[in-house]
Amino acid sequence: MKLHLKIWRQLNAASKGEMIEYEVSEVSEHMSFLEMLDMLNESLIQRGERVIEFDHDCREGICGQCGIMINGRAHGPLTHTTTCQLHMRSFKDGDTIYLEPFRASAFPILRDLKVNRKSFDSIIEAGGYISAAIGQTPEANSIPVSYEASEAAFDSAACIGCGACVATCKNSSAALFTSAKINHLVQLPQGKLEAADRVLSMVSQMDAMGFGNCSNTEACEVECPQDISVLNIGRMNYEYNKALLLRK
Amino acid sequence: MKTTTLQYKLIMAATGLFLCFFLVIHLLGNLQLLLPAARAQEQFNWYSHLLSGNILIKIISWVLYLSLISHAVYALLITRKSKKANASSYYYDKRKVSSPWSSRNMGILGTIILIFLVIHFKDFWYVYMFTDLPLDAAGNKDLYTIVITTYDQLWYVLVYEVSFLALGFHLLHGFFSASRTLGLYHPKYVKAVKVFGWMYTLLITLGFMAIPLYIHFIK
Repeated sequence: MKLHLKIWRQLNAASKGEMIEYEVSEVSEHMSFLEMLDMLNESLIQRGERVIEFDHDCREGICGQCGIMINGRAHGPLTHTTTCQLHMRSFKDGDTIYLEPFRASAFPILRDLKVNRKSFDSIIEAGGYISAAIGQTPEANSIPVSYEASEAAFDSAACIGCGACVATCKNSSAALFTSAKINHLVQLPQGKLEAADRVLSMVSQMDAMGFGNCSNTEACEVECPQDISVLNIGRMNYEYNKALLLRK
Repeated sequence: MKTTTLQYKLIMAATGLFLCFFLVIHLLGNLQLLLPAARAQEQFNWYSHLLSGNILIKIISWVLYLSLISHAVYALLITRKSKKANASSYYYDKRKVSSPWSSRNMGILGTIILIFLVIHFKDFWYVYMFTDLPLDAAGNKDLYTIVITTYDQLWYVLVYEVSFLALGFHLLHGFFSASRTLGLYHPKYVKAVKVFGWMYTLLITLGFMAIPLYIHFIK
């Protein structure tokens, strides 16, 4: 099939970007979205033009590296899907597709479709870990945790940090990401001990990085590739309120 | 520790829920307007007098004014932060398909309610509190007649109906959103609160909408 693409091109964070039109033909419906972009980049290289830069790594939907706003939606038209797991069968011949980077003040654009998500790292650095230095990875069964409890914790831990929640949020809030990172620890014995300090510090850091507030539109859950539940946000608020009340 | 936006949201939730509670009391009071004319006049005016003379009600009314003002002020503060966080807009934006309309338009809905409140306070609250009204047979200020003559005007009824619709959509998202901010996360109770929120919204909205319509068209 033949497609019209309108792609955001921007040289660096300081420069002004714009939408540029491209055409690709002979696109197979079995291609992934990123393979289609590879094909376009091949043709750009042959014409001696600068390639369109976008983030990607595993291309298996598990690393969270890829992320493009496709036709005005994070990771494209499907729900709970990463950009790399979106296939061209979701589009039809002659379609015009708009490609933009994830936009948020906390995600400055590096180039074209690539954004800097270091703000996510800094939220983790603010407390998304166990502070006791334990050396090597310990034996998994030394602290017994029931199957249900570990699965519940893993439902939160499944967050791959792609940033779609922020990109789709009208407030650019990182509440879903931050709550997932807080909750996978709070549900396990090792993480419980520092729960109060962790939630206070990570929520403060989320604010400091310039993310907006959560107004509970729940759009993030719809676009999240890992289907992280918005109930995580409720639990983060619960832990936060508890920590506020009980702090010394 | 620096104050976080989440703490602002807690103020929004607390004031919002207090206002939700107030709406129930206000609606119950207004339902007296639906009684037969002579009975309604006597009882509604007696009730208004009872409220204005009670010290406990006075305290609650100051909490109410404070809640209204801080709900609006903190909404502005939070919105300003969000606008800063979401400063660059998308060239092509279809994000709205993933969330309900009311959840994205709380600011607009709230503004409609605020404009309504200015009209409402000016025409009833101010008139009752600060002007000399004629008295009814029992010697109470005749607020009832003011209400009835005001609702005689069709445009006024329409303004009220639109405002109550805005209030309905505001409550639909606001009630549930407050429970989330306060930290409700258990799936069973989240569902229960959502259902309760729907029923609450429906009763409050339809209740308030029915009164001016009934007075204008039937009474």
